[in-house]
Amino acid sequence: MKNKREGKVIFSPYERGDAVKKVVAISREDVLFELRESILKGRGGAGFPTATKWTLVSAAISDEKFVVCNADEGEPGTFKDRILLLEYPELIFDGMVVAGYTIGAKKGIVYLRGEYEYMLKSLEDYLGEMRKDNLLGENICGKIGFNFDITIRLGSGAYVCGEETALIESLEGNRGEARNRPPYPVNTGYLGKPTTVNNVETFAAVSHIITKGGSWFAKFGTDKSTGAKLFSVSGDCEKPGVYELPWGTTINELLEIVGAKNTKAVQVGGASGICIPKSQFNRKLGYEDAATGGSIIIFNESRNMLHILKNFMEFFVEESCGQCTPCRIGNVKLLEGIEMIENNNYTFSYLNHLKELGKTMQVASKCGLGQSSPNAFLSILENFKDEIFNNGGNNGK
Amino acid sequence: MESRSNFRTPVSQQAHVIEKPKDTSTIGGMVAIEINEKKVSVPFGTTILEACKMNGISVPTLCHHEDLCVAGVCRICVVEVEGMKTLQASCAFPITNPIKIKTSSPMVRKARRHVIDLLLSEHYGECYSCFRNGKCELQNLAKEYGVDNYTFGHVTKPRYEIDNSSYSVIRDMSKCILCKRCVRTCIDLQEVGVLEAVNRGHETKISTFLDKPLLDVICINCGQCINRCPTAALRANDPSDEIWAAIDDPTKHVVIQTAPSPRAAICEEFGMEPGHSLTKELNTALRRIGFDKVFDTNTTADLTIIEEGTELILRLYKAIVKKESVALPQFTSCSPGWVKFLEHYYPEYIDNLSSAKSPQQMFGALIKTFYAKKAGIDPENIVSVAVMPCSAKKFECNRPEMNSSGYKDVDYGLTTRELARMIKEAGINLPEMPKSDFDSPFGEASGAGLIFGATGGVMEAAIRTVYEFITGNKIEDAFEKAEVKPVRGFEGIRYVELPLGEKFGPVPDILKHFIPNWDWLKGVTLKVAVAHGTANAKKIMDDIKAGGKFSECHFIEFMACPGGCLGGGGQPIPTTPEIRKKRAEAIYAEDESLEIRKAHENPNVVKLYEEFLTDGPCGHISHKLLHTHYTKRGRYIA
Repeated sequence: MKNKREGKVIFSPYERGDAVKKVVAISREDVLFELRESILKGRGGAGFPTATKWTLVSAAISDEKFVVCNADEGEPGTFKDRILLLEYPELIFDGMVVAGYTIGAKKGIVYLRGEYEYMLKSLEDYLGEMRKDNLLGENICGKIGFNFDITIRLGSGAYVCGEETALIESLEGNRGEARNRPPYPVNTGYLGKPTTVNNVETFAAVSHIITKGGSWFAKFGTDKSTGAKLFSVSGDCEKPGVYELPWGTTINELLEIVGAKNTKAVQVGGASGICIPKSQFNRKLGYEDAATGGSIIIFNESRNMLHILKNFMEFFVEESCGQCTPCRIGNVKLLEGIEMIENNNYTFSYLNHLKELGKTMQVASKCGLGQSSPNAFLSILENFKDEIFNNGGNNGK
Repeated sequence: MESRSNFRTPVSQQAHVIEKPKDTSTIGGMVAIEINEKKVSVPFGTTILEACKMNGISVPTLCHHEDLCVAGVCRICVVEVEGMKTLQASCAFPITNPIKIKTSSPMVRKARRHVIDLLLSEHYGECYSCFRNGKCELQNLAKEYGVDNYTFGHVTKPRYEIDNSSYSVIRDMSKCILCKRCVRTCIDLQEVGVLEAVNRGHETKISTFLDKPLLDVICINCGQCINRCPTAALRANDPSDEIWAAIDDPTKHVVIQTAPSPRAAICEEFGMEPGHSLTKELNTALRRIGFDKVFDTNTTADLTIIEEGTELILRLYKAIVKKESVALPQFTSCSPGWVKFLEHYYPEYIDNLSSAKSPQQMFGALIKTFYAKKAGIDPENIVSVAVMPCSAKKFECNRPEMNSSGYKDVDYGLTTRELARMIKEAGINLPEMPKSDFDSPFGEASGAGLIFGATGGVMEAAIRTVYEFITGNKIEDAFEKAEVKPVRGFEGIRYVELPLGEKFGPVPDILKHFIPNWDWLKGVTLKVAVAHGTANAKKIMDDIKAGGKFSECHFIEFMACPGGCLGGGGQPIPTTPEIRKKRAEAIYAEDESLEIRKAHENPNVVKLYEEFLTDGPCGHISHKLLHTHYTKRGRYIA
């Protein structure tokens, strides 16, 4: 049933329970040590060091703690978590058990994207099998006193619920709106208890790190971006799909692998990411250069960059939660600006106002959604101004 | 997580309440920070906004309100914190480590300007035709930040229809800037929760349940949302045009009654500091505007005390002596917001409400009967106006049962704000008016009626009278200067026990036909409580439901608004704990200056019982005119 996927890290051999069996034999400190050695950073896109997050949660004093798996894969162009959930659930769930062991939590929650409801049954069944094997439940793998179980909760389709504090709000049954930070979920998370929220792929990486060692993981990738990353590649190429590549791979190399020709631009990091023009295709994928949670969208010469930008902005206007001013109204203004260009009814001075507005949104919005929504606007207008303005906005189809 | 259990607001709109150290001299009690390169130290857990305020640095705010939990959504108060990539909302950022803050860097100024520009681009309406002109927080910010053009455009058409279904609160959502103060007011402060944000992104709006008109949801009309709205998105239903028309109509005899709270707050509308009562200046101004008679609501507040006090004594007598089952504790009924709150949320306790009408409605019934007859005027031609600190009074006077005079007892409820506008429109500068007295036949009232305006006031007034009725002693013997201090203050819920002792006086004449003596009260300790703000009322009601200590009370005063009437939904904007405190001080100071300070010593009230309400308190005439009934509304409305 399982597809054979190529990869030296995430897709490397792994048997269900490997990490759990190993982790119960070592101490919490040992786990945190391996994680520090691995220099694993969050795979959702923000890149927060996992070891630091777990250290903070495990140090927090509370009668109850939670492990939350962010499976609200909503970034346009991302579908790598879907592959992990469908084909490698053992990596995710084992990683969550490791997290529970490390931070001292008894409960794990998978916040599953509403559109992935079709997976619910098979994932529940899988959890049932894990319970039979004593990989979940009480005294896991014979470790007296180590109790941990996982439940799955469905989202309802709001993009903002991928933001960890909005996700927690949603879990608590409230409107999906980001919270004020500080405090951070590591202290005040789900139900006000210390909570670690990690991406699906992060848990998968943890399972490998526990079985094969932190230093093994750190051998892959670059100094600052260790290990390999799953990339969801879509757009104008011959072989779209999910690829495991080491961090540090250049965009050119990636384009080669997926069979992309006549590429004009690559959107790295989804709608909230940046648009990279041909002249910068030698840039490396990694936290220190072109960062991404996995979304790679390829555009060839036939594409109209303004249409692409408009599509992204329409997405943000729709998906802003609407609580803070810069994001709620700012995105509308940026979209209006694009429509002005489209209709050839703009002034550069107004567009410059909008660029300044975009920069304000990046620093003044309440959460990551509004802080990253102007990225596409700013990078596409900057990198493709010749196309957009010299041809009256009518370049391409 | 104390904050979690106390509030129902989504956590996204709450600041993390960091407990401030009790003793800031302990290690870590103070945090050394830098604001604009000035070194200062603040208690651990102080927000950046508080820290700036303490140090005389002004930071603009919009969604922030002293009475409410933090939202952090408008983003106008952002500041730069060294080492952080993004700007931080100063209202929501607790200081727990040494940080360096810049409150006016180029990035901060630009962001604030952008926030204002964006809000203005969506805010419908022109300032010069707006009732908040000059008192609008958005307008003030635009001025402060030198906005002289609409950078991102300006709407020219309203986005939403105005909802003017309610007798009390009008919602014009095209002027809403989504600060959610009304939402937090309704949910946290009042625990009513008829307003909440719906939809997402640009479609977000503040809505009622299923977007129904406000009249059709369980709004209690308290108007606290109006007091906290920074713009004109919420306002009271203003009857001043109709009142002007009545004044201008020579066939109409227009009388007005003034409640104590507007008199203690209207100065704020004329640029004065809070805390000055302009009672007698107001009398003159009202006559100059054209009102034919000016009466003091305190007269019927005194009457309320006699009626409600008698009712309480009767309930106790029935319970203790006749062993009948009567509803106790008795609840006050003068706050129409509270009455509607109970009708919706605790309809099963409707019998506990005192059947005595509120002072406004008692006066209304008397004006169109007693006064009309005395003055020889056809009640048909009397227009009765009430100046109230309250938006719920507008609903109350429109309750269908409020027509015991044979006419609509009170024609219009006017708020303090609306009256101030009428006075200004008439070209009168209120503080400069000469002083004059109230009109007869009611004239001046007692200090007991006056203190109805502050939370605990009804209880204090009742205690002054009931204590003297029962013990035959002067209240001054028990409480210095007749100040029943234990029921005063701003604590959300107050509970007081009052032992009645063993020695009683004779039964006063007006009660003699009900009870023979006071012996049955021997050894009884009178248990009373006071609550203001319906969130506090809810706590007491839930306790009563659970059979807690408040279920053993005899009498409980409930006021819908924080601070009581002086913090009512018709009072001048803004409202803060500090302003409410000053208004209370003004009211208590006026009480202290009066000679008559007990309801039963008000000569006009004594005369009323002699001449008109001849079968005494809770008698037939009184029941017809001064008492009412309530409706079990429940929470579901068609």
